[in-house]
Amino acid sequence: MLIPCPWCGDREDIEFKYGGSADVAYPRDADAVDDATWARFVFFRPNPKGQMTERWVHTAGCRRWFTLVRDTVTHQITTA
Amino acid sequence: MIAEAVRRSPLADYTDRFAALSTATDGALSIRELPFVSQVDLRADPKDSDLMQRLATAIGFALPIVPNTVTSREDRRALWLAPDEWLVVGPDGQQGAIERELRNGLNSAFGSIVDVSANRTVIEIRGGKARDLLAHCVPIDLDARVFSAGRCAQTLLVKAHVIIECRDESGLILYVRASLATYAADWLLDALTE
Ligand SMILES: [Zn+2]
Repeated sequence: MLIPCPWCGDREDIEFKYGGSADVAYPRDADAVDDATWARFVFFRPNPKGQMTERWVHTAGCRRWFTLVRDTVTHQITTA
Repeated sequence: MIAEAVRRSPLADYTDRFAALSTATDGALSIRELPFVSQVDLRADPKDSDLMQRLATAIGFALPIVPNTVTSREDRRALWLAPDEWLVVGPDGQQGAIERELRNGLNSAFGSIVDVSANRTVIEIRGGKARDLLAHCVPIDLDARVFSAGRCAQTLLVKAHVIIECRDESGLILYVRASLATYAADWLLDALTE
């Protein structure tokens, strides 16, 4: 599978590491949130069948983090 | 002077094996270690055009801004490693001078300059079969039309992180971690038999 690094272009997936779901917002007032909200922030992630917005890092290349959209069924990648 | 006398490069033991290869292939393929290349890692903000200009003046040429390219002047080269990171290389013994020049250029701007000469050793692969050989071990496209002179790339040589630089059509330079140098050399020598 080729993954498009925004800096290096298409590279083999073995050069990358997966960083999970993108757009997971840190609680605005972390000290004030209750345990359930905190647990939801730490552990709960979307798991769609279809398009998922994800973080990836080009570990073996430029070591930059970036966001892309991957279809979890077809692995078709589109830029975020 | 004593340090000079006992200094030993990571692939010192491979000199004979590399030389035998050259002879066996009638020079169609040659591998040799370029030991003790001076390497200085630079991080600086590429959007600060004054800073980029100062650094260019300090080292005598502009740092590459295009990803995975190399700029050079005489025996100094700068390899793009990331949008804000470069590897400035020069001959053995130049690390102090390179560091001083970059420090002058950086002046008080935010950035970092680190002598990483001992981090990697350098392997030169030369000859008409150089690309074929390396293509056995790395997942990037080494076709001469794509990976031409002045291009570089960070990638994996099997499992080892490496930087590959294209000097000219038949010459590729491999920067490999000192501790993984024998691993890389063994893979290259083994790939030859395939
Ligand atoms: Zn990259």
